[in-house]
Amino acid sequence: MIWQIILGVWMTAVILASFLYVPPAVGLGEMGRILIYHVPSAWIAVLAYLMAMVNSVSYLRKGDIRLDRQAQVNAELGTVFCILATVTGSIWSKGSWGMYWNWDPRQTSIAVLLMIYAAYFVLRGSIEDSDRRARLSAVYAILAFLTVPFLVFIVPRIYASLHPDYIGRGKMQIDRRMLQVFLASLAGFTGLYAWIYQVQVRLENLLYKQAMKREA
Amino acid sequence: MPTRRLTWVSRGAAVLRKDLRIEFRTRYAYSALVMFAVTTLVTVSFSVGSFGLENDIAAALLWIILFFSAMAGLARTFVQEEETGTVTALKMAAEPEPVYLGKLFFNIFLIFSLAILTVPLFLVMLNLRVVSVYSFLLVVILGCLGLAGASTILAAIVSKAGAKGSLLTVLAFPILLPLLIGAINATRSAMSGVTPEIIRPDLHLLLFYNGMAIVASLLLFEYVWNE
Repeated sequence: MIWQIILGVWMTAVILASFLYVPPAVGLGEMGRILIYHVPSAWIAVLAYLMAMVNSVSYLRKGDIRLDRQAQVNAELGTVFCILATVTGSIWSKGSWGMYWNWDPRQTSIAVLLMIYAAYFVLRGSIEDSDRRARLSAVYAILAFLTVPFLVFIVPRIYASLHPDYIGRGKMQIDRRMLQVFLASLAGFTGLYAWIYQVQVRLENLLYKQAMKREA
Repeated sequence: MPTRRLTWVSRGAAVLRKDLRIEFRTRYAYSALVMFAVTTLVTVSFSVGSFGLENDIAAALLWIILFFSAMAGLARTFVQEEETGTVTALKMAAEPEPVYLGKLFFNIFLIFSLAILTVPLFLVMLNLRVVSVYSFLLVVILGCLGLAGASTILAAIVSKAGAKGSLLTVLAFPILLPLLIGAINATRSAMSGVTPEIIRPDLHLLLFYNGMAIVASLLLFEYVWNE
């Protein structure tokens, strides 16, 4: 319980600080503040998808059905945060490029990412037998995750993108106070993800137990 | 006499021969592919009429036709095994990897024979001119390899999921999109004729995508095939 309270206070502080403490960014003005929410959402989306793949791999190795439920929860969480990243991204895009959606390579890649995991849920929904569903969707999750590097790193590099991109391109110019709040937000989002994940997995396990009991 | 040690590839070739023999008896998959491609091609050509198409649009149309035709036929090879109940026999006869390779070779064969028919017809009917012919051929070959490479394992997944209508298209489209983006871009460049430096990153993308798709499928196929 204590952790949830700390997380609540922490996130409240991050939200307040993002509006009151952080100065407007150079060149971006007030729009720069969205960085504090957009980038952590994208980070959690990739992290959750990565975990979904890790769970899928270990499901295929061990055959424990609990791992399949964990993979499902991770894919769901990844999708939620991916939608958040897309929405915050297009708000930013409206502010700085003038359009909510203009098929910038970065927007293309995130839209495809959403479609991949939508297809993953379609596949899960189409199979009745739980073992077969677990195995086939694990294989699909692994294949799907292998295309993520193409979408996130390669395609936006080959085709000119307007998206600011600092990974592997030298030092970024960022305000010290902005950086503090940004890192705090990153930590807060990660904590939030860990908490939701825990709750969801517990819920899925209980639902499974209930279903088993009903069958027996 | 020691038993002859067959490698995965030559066993895969045996699976391919079996599939080719079955295919030439009915020509179901091939006719489905070709009819789909010709129908869409005629529709596109008819609706475009005598307008000259920009290379941007032509490149996208070409890959849309190839992608959806491929989706119409590539699942057939696994679905047919499930339908006729020959899966168990094939499982007993060969390990998963040769089966995958055989099916992959078969799908590559199908899609190449489709491309040999469709691509020239497309260029003729839409009255297009390709400037860098070799780059164009290379892009078509790599793109078709990628289409077959990534969708073979998805076809296996679909056949195990009960072969539900359009499931293959739903599953394959997002996974194939990086390939399609690269192929469309490279096709456009090749048609307009650019220096090799400009088209090279796209070719690298296609090449790496192919390598990734085939290696990953080879490793994962066992889990789809055996239950």
